[in-house]
Amino acid sequence: MDNLIEIKNLHFKRADRPIFAGLDLDIPRGKVTAIMGPSGTGKTTLLRMITGQLRAGQGSVRIADGDGMTDIGTLDRDAIYRLRRRMGMLFQNSALLTDLDVFENVAFPLREITDLPDRLIRPIVLMKLEAVGLRGAAGLMPSELSGGMGRRVAMARALVMDPELLLYDEPFSGLDPISLGVILRLIRETNDVLGLTSIVVSHDVEEIARLADYCYVIAEGRAIAHGPPAELARSESDLVRQFMAGAADGPVPFHYPAGDFARDLAGD
Amino acid sequence: MVQPGSIVGGLLGFLGKLGASVYFLGEILRQSGIGIARPRLVVEQIHNAGVLSLVIIMTSGLFVGMVLGLQGVDALSRLRQEDILGASVALVLLKELGPVVTALLFAGRAGTALASEIGLMRATDQLSAMEVMAIDPVRRIVAPRFLGGAISLPLLTGVFNVVGILGAWFIGVYVLGVDNGAFWSQMQEYVDPEDIWEGIFKSAAFGVAASLIAVFEGYNAVPTAEGVGLATTRTVVTTSIVILMLDYVITAALL
Ligand SMILES: Nc1ncnc2c1ncn2[C@@H]1O[C@H](COP(=O)(O)OP(=O)(O)OP(=O)(O)O)[C@@H](O)[C@H]1O
Ligand SMILES: [Mg+2]
Repeated sequence: MDNLIEIKNLHFKRADRPIFAGLDLDIPRGKVTAIMGPSGTGKTTLLRMITGQLRAGQGSVRIADGDGMTDIGTLDRDAIYRLRRRMGMLFQNSALLTDLDVFENVAFPLREITDLPDRLIRPIVLMKLEAVGLRGAAGLMPSELSGGMGRRVAMARALVMDPELLLYDEPFSGLDPISLGVILRLIRETNDVLGLTSIVVSHDVEEIARLADYCYVIAEGRAIAHGPPAELARSESDLVRQFMAGAADGPVPFHYPAGDFARDLAGD
Repeated sequence: MVQPGSIVGGLLGFLGKLGASVYFLGEILRQSGIGIARPRLVVEQIHNAGVLSLVIIMTSGLFVGMVLGLQGVDALSRLRQEDILGASVALVLLKELGPVVTALLFAGRAGTALASEIGLMRATDQLSAMEVMAIDPVRRIVAPRFLGGAISLPLLTGVFNVVGILGAWFIGVYVLGVDNGAFWSQMQEYVDPEDIWEGIFKSAAFGVAASLIAVFEGYNAVPTAEGVGLATTRTVVTTSIVILMLDYVITAALL
């Protein structure tokens, strides 16, 4: 298959706690791939490794580059910055620049990275804002936006440099059903119309089932299942069933690793 | 009782932080070309750090100068030396009080604002978002703020000194009757260019230190509301101590 990103045998530790222990994962080009998993399994961490903000302890995160694949972990700073121009990312909280209005937020990458004159920046920004339905909000400040609106502005900003890869970190959390429908449609349409590759991190099983072409479930440091959403829903694995059905405890523990509870209470 | 272990630990922590800030300074300086490529970004920060601190600096300078006028006349009149009031006030301000007091006020007004602004950007992922947009936050956010602060402090010190001298003149000459001609001529007689250079050198060093501490604390803030608050507090505490220590070191080296 034609993959944009290939992750092999990835190991990563945070403060001596392993987050990834042999994760394998491929992102097919042109598709919407979902990465699901319980809170704290390292989904955000994984995105940060793809953007080169964190480096693998072991294993590789490779991205298609021309004819071959480049290991992101071996790139120097300048090469990583060049690579990032091919990516756009939507953060868990939309991460808009609070001292700039909506228009300037979307224009920000253009102004910083390109030498385009104002008369070209304006139509590009307005087009992106129109695409997310917020052209009318161009003059508002980020503090005046609702969570869902903020996320759409962040999406316009992520799209403004015409990236080939879009990363979404929890795009659905805390949205009302209407905003959620809007975001779902936007992710799907931008992916298909602009011919992008999208990675959507989420633990909202239902939304992912409606949106994604392909789906990975990660838990305990590795990918425990992958396949089209419909296939995963029929999975035999207890782990996957627990996750897809949303049971609190099962093979994926509810508890963060801890010592014996009774001894903890007794104070030793 | 203080454990010797905790002192060693504290010292190691301090040295570690010192090393990290010096490294950070190197990174900032490497990205400082932005000050030439886009001077507007720095001018904006001189406005934020400098112009907005003017009121507190001028008010403080005025009252410090007026106190120096009162105390100076009181002390000098015992020696019948009121004529050198202008010279003594100018020396005290130019060499010591001006640079030090301005730097301490700067830490409270501009340093805290810098640290909390950058810390908040860290906590709300704005800095990460820039990195992913292939925009280096050290270049775009940190370097202009550092440069703006480092340039502002010597200028503010100059303002503080001028206002302070005028305050002393007002009390000494206008209120307490010191001879106006003597006030200025003795000042010219006894203040050497080296004294002025010493003050400029000090305030430049304080500007670098105070701005570096503020942007360092903000940039490395723990990304929570509490973390940003802590970074702000630490900025004031660390800057105050470092300024007073630096002041001693520079004075000892120059005398
Ligand atoms: N800066 C850090 N220092 C130490 N540990 C961290 C740090 N950031 C995250 N972690 C740990 O790494 C693990 C993975 O974090 P991550 O944010 O990637 O989880 P996530 O899957 O995105 O969770 P969520 O769904 O809640 O966003 C968490 O258990 C967290 O405790
Ligand atoms: Mg996360």
